[in-house]
Amino acid sequence: MDLNYSDRHKALQDKVRAFIDANKHEAPSLANVRKKPDRATLAWQHKLLRYGYVGRTVPRQYGGFGAEPDVLESAIISQEFTGAGISGGITNQGISMLVPTLLEVGTEKQRVRWIAPTLQGEIIWCQGYSEPGAGSDLASLKTHAHVDGDDFVINGQKIWTSSAHFADMIFILVRTEPDAPKHRGISYLLVPMDSEGIEVRPLKTMTGQSTFNEVFFTDVRVATDQIVMDRGDGWKVANTTLKYERLLLGDPNKMLNRFHRIVKMMEDTRIGGRRLMDMPEYRDRLLRLQGEVMASKYHGMRLLTEADKGEESGVKRLIVKYFGTVLAHKLSALAVDVMGEAGLAYDLSGLGTEDASLWNSDYMYDIGLIIGGGSSQIQKNIISERGLGMPREPRAEPQKAQKTMER
Amino acid sequence: MDFGLSDEQRQLSDILGNYLADQLPIDELRAVADQGTGFSDDLWQGLVELGLPGLLIPEEHGGSGLGILDAAVVAEALGYGAAPAPYVASMVMAPLALLRSGDDAQQAAWLPRIAAGEVRLGLGFEILSGGTRAGDIALKDGKLSGEFSGILDGGAATHVLLYLADGWAVIVDTNTDTAELHSATTIDGTRPLTTVTLTDANVEFLDAANDPVAAAQSVLDAGRVMLAADTLGAGQRMLDDAITYAADRVQFDRPIASFQAVKHMCADVVSALEPCRALVWYAAYAQDAVPDEARVAACHAKAHLAEVGRDVARTTTEVHGGMGFTDLLGLHLWFKRIGFDRQVLGGPEHCRHEAAVAQGWAVE
Repeated sequence: MDLNYSDRHKALQDKVRAFIDANKHEAPSLANVRKKPDRATLAWQHKLLRYGYVGRTVPRQYGGFGAEPDVLESAIISQEFTGAGISGGITNQGISMLVPTLLEVGTEKQRVRWIAPTLQGEIIWCQGYSEPGAGSDLASLKTHAHVDGDDFVINGQKIWTSSAHFADMIFILVRTEPDAPKHRGISYLLVPMDSEGIEVRPLKTMTGQSTFNEVFFTDVRVATDQIVMDRGDGWKVANTTLKYERLLLGDPNKMLNRFHRIVKMMEDTRIGGRRLMDMPEYRDRLLRLQGEVMASKYHGMRLLTEADKGEESGVKRLIVKYFGTVLAHKLSALAVDVMGEAGLAYDLSGLGTEDASLWNSDYMYDIGLIIGGGSSQIQKNIISERGLGMPREPRAEPQKAQKTMER
Repeated sequence: MDFGLSDEQRQLSDILGNYLADQLPIDELRAVADQGTGFSDDLWQGLVELGLPGLLIPEEHGGSGLGILDAAVVAEALGYGAAPAPYVASMVMAPLALLRSGDDAQQAAWLPRIAAGEVRLGLGFEILSGGTRAGDIALKDGKLSGEFSGILDGGAATHVLLYLADGWAVIVDTNTDTAELHSATTIDGTRPLTTVTLTDANVEFLDAANDPVAAAQSVLDAGRVMLAADTLGAGQRMLDDAITYAADRVQFDRPIASFQAVKHMCADVVSALEPCRALVWYAAYAQDAVPDEARVAACHAKAHLAEVGRDVARTTTEVHGGMGFTDLLGLHLWFKRIGFDRQVLGGPEHCRHEAAVAQGWAVE
């Protein structure tokens, strides 16, 4: 056990801190994370790319910084930006999921074409996986594509598509081999969102916002070379991508940040002149969560060390999405309770500046995160089966070919 | 940065784990637990041969001079085996008390004998630890009289080390007619709690610490980390047993491990328990390396493991179904071990309160 950084990592930390100090006035507001990047956001993104604070390990020929992969370096950069409350660059599914996927399984042509503009924030991607009838059982998806000349022709519907209302491209799973077993009949395509036949309808969620959409495909044509890997390999490609999504959703820094905001609120909020921090009923709830947040933080450091050494973390990694999203919700629930009656104010136009609305929005959005990206119940299946080696639930029926809709 | 155990620490854990698996089969464990003294001569000799009593004692005093993280690794392994051995007080807190509050001569006199396994110290706090018992101890002309209860590792102690209300520590020889030890069996057969009745007993003062309360608290915190580690080990054992049992037990023509209802219970347990390991490691490491955070980390490790431990103990017992409720499997020995760890040296509510005080969020 040694929690000190090496000289090299210490130097990087100093450099990042100096960069943040010198440049933070240019940083875009954190409230813009779920929107189409504006000028300031793009300028900030380009600057971070030049300094290697985003796209750090992406090779130079694809528009990245070209640094050797180093788990600790990436963690230090992320911690410094999060700790300072400064945007660490655009976060979207293109950057966090598609770029690593193309680096792992894309062709040279695809990497050259898509990675640089994605990193620069010029191409925004959305992810077309879930369907109304294919959620937890994603592999049963029915949106299909058949080949006609040099094109795939896509028909069907996707749902839960974040950012589709402003995205330029979608990476999408479609069934191309209707007679193959369900996991082997899927292909992974890259489709421009302005293609004829795509209709995006916003899906209003319980938060009152429309961060998700339904996307309808009617005879949408895309060139056959817009496929990643081969026909029928889509499930394999998707699992490459899902791996990155599960990492994305369990960030221990987020918990710590939230926790400190709640401490401040409990010191400032009063009932009848008495600070909530001085009321044991509230304080013990805070302290209970502090124990959980600490466990989560040190667990994250343990995983980081294991990743740094190239060790397999097994069940330790599999539990992160489940307990992380639940803990996040416990924190926003305490925040909502601390604000109490005064915290019922909810004004979406003030989001990002007004604490009550932001916490209320998080309190609901966190439930979306518990459900999305593999719900807690799916996570528990994965944890127990892959992590603890418990046997699979017997299937109700044998794996059969999925017939697509009538053509 | 390297957050984790060293190869040596992993070896220490393996060696002790294998030793306990071989030398402490369930029948042997039951026999010791039925006596309720928390002591087995054979096991004690084995642990002495492994060098455990000297773990934290500096080499010049005959120990191996290791740190509190090493001691936590040992505590986890002992919890996994539900080992009936005087460890937390005798091998961790008492040596630390001598190092923190004893002068050079006292260290030279006591530490080598502890390391050699000749002396076993029970240890208790009058009030500082957050115990719920009442005591009536009085010091008059350097002699101690009254009843002092809640002593850990007193079942086969040769001496007891008592922390008085003001943080002063005294050592009492229990082999005299001015000190009478009475060990009561507790819910946890593997560890009793002991009361000493003193009548004008001669005591040896450990008064070399500049700040006796701080010194006492650091010993207390180290003990709390050990109890947290013990619960971690016991909880891991219960989970491992639950998974094994669920794989073997067949109902509706299937191992019950294949039912999601059962799998999800185990997934909940591992999701709560595994992050505890990192918390315990950090809390142990902080005792030696991060003094500013040592107190808060120890209080939280103790409190959080107590809460998670309770859920783990209940859930894993449920996975065993009716068998878990019987005496036949002996699973309850670990359930009770976790219950004991929760209450001694301050329950979770009290420890969280101390963590709040340490962060300036509450007044004592």
